[in-house]
Amino acid sequence: MANIIEGVKYTKEHEWVKIEGDTALEGLTDYAQSELSDIVMVEPPEVGRKVKAGEPIGTIEAVKAVNDLYAGLNGEIIEINEKVVSDPSIINKDPYGEGWLFKIKVDDLKQVETLLTPEQYKELIAEH
Amino acid sequence: MLKKTPFYEMHVKNGGKIVEFAGFLMPVQFEGIIPEHRTVRTGVGVFDVSHMGEIEILGKDRLKFVNYLTTNDTSKLELNQIQYSTMLYSDAGIVDDLLVYNLKDRILLVVNAANIDKDYQWIVDNKKYDIDIKNISDDIGQLAIQGPKAESVMQKLFDLDLSTLRYYWATEVKMKDIPVLLSRTGYTGEDGFEVYVDKKYVVQCWQMIFDAGAEHNIKPIGLGARDTLRFEMRYCLYGNDIDKTTNPLEAGLGWVVKFDTGDFIGRDSLLKIKEAGIKRKLIGFEVIGKGIPRPHQEIHAEDGKIGFVTSGTFSPSMKKGMGIGYVEKPHNKVGTRIKVIGKTPVDAEIIKGPFYKQGSRQ
Repeated sequence: MANIIEGVKYTKEHEWVKIEGDTALEGLTDYAQSELSDIVMVEPPEVGRKVKAGEPIGTIEAVKAVNDLYAGLNGEIIEINEKVVSDPSIINKDPYGEGWLFKIKVDDLKQVETLLTPEQYKELIAEH
Repeated sequence: MLKKTPFYEMHVKNGGKIVEFAGFLMPVQFEGIIPEHRTVRTGVGVFDVSHMGEIEILGKDRLKFVNYLTTNDTSKLELNQIQYSTMLYSDAGIVDDLLVYNLKDRILLVVNAANIDKDYQWIVDNKKYDIDIKNISDDIGQLAIQGPKAESVMQKLFDLDLSTLRYYWATEVKMKDIPVLLSRTGYTGEDGFEVYVDKKYVVQCWQMIFDAGAEHNIKPIGLGARDTLRFEMRYCLYGNDIDKTTNPLEAGLGWVVKFDTGDFIGRDSLLKIKEAGIKRKLIGFEVIGKGIPRPHQEIHAEDGKIGFVTSGTFSPSMKKGMGIGYVEKPHNKVGTRIKVIGKTPVDAEIIKGPFYKQGSRQ
């Protein structure tokens, strides 16, 4: 069973978003990493890039599959996790912790309300 | 209606991630493609390949018939010898690639799971001479035991000295007290065996193999690693690298085509293709830098499209993106720089031979 943690929001694109002040930390959910399995390559967005919620901003490749990375909120990429770029398997091992992907400086925190709660995300993956 | 092999419940219990493949519910992976791949390259793993098809050719003219049915030369096959071969349509497109086992009282054709019904029909439609054809796919279970430790594991289950069973040879023998067909074959580039057994014994065989392999930490391997292992050896996969739109010469399978040892279906067309000169070749390439090629992506040279990717993945052994694909001649030369057109175009270089060259296969 996929692990869905509390204290973060989720997107339909199977990413989690953790709000810290006016920034949002994003990563792949446990469900997504387990579906992809064996992640071997991460192409993150560039720091400084302006992004819009739902916009594909990078890619994540597993042995057998490739997935887009999406921005969860409008804002600017202010940091990427270089550790997962050099060792993408960290995402498989610790998707909600060491395996975070990028940090966005959020334009408008009100947009956070459009994201899914853990309960809603649980329902979403139950449909799969 | 999706079929299940006799191991289905066990695969689920072992944590296998089940997918549909060629009409069967099969485990694509257990602990993960990369660790399973490594298990086979360095230790020993077991694949449930019961989905593969088995078709028997019986009767006194069986060798003559199979020589006509397939592109390789069966006339020199000795008792219990195995041959890799292809079956062609009359236009030289590939019906299937297969193994031909020359057994005591029959020839066994081992065919791809997705092609069982098509192949059986094709063989029946082209029947000649004094032979009988039997599709025994539903009665036979098949296991592949692969890896450098395969022999020491399997030796515990046979009286026969397995070091005497050479690559591409088979024997009908007892595994403990179960009658099996044992061959030194595989699809991984490692040393290993394939065991064909009556379906009713196959789960028992699996258990015996796992008991014998416990000290070598033997593990079940899914179809995902089966694909990356064969990919690194550049073994063709029907449906990806070869199909009815490709011929064996352009696919690099000219070594299983014998023009001078009797007629075979597709021979005239293939000979014409050969005489006219083949237009494209199946090549292997490695990515320069980052990126992973995927099937169906276009391959470009400086001046545009020259081909397409048929197999592409991350190579767990070489730890980079690699691919197989058709390119038009003369772009097929080793060392040629190409671009693979995915979302972001990726630079690659055509390279020679199998991607992985350290396999334990004899």
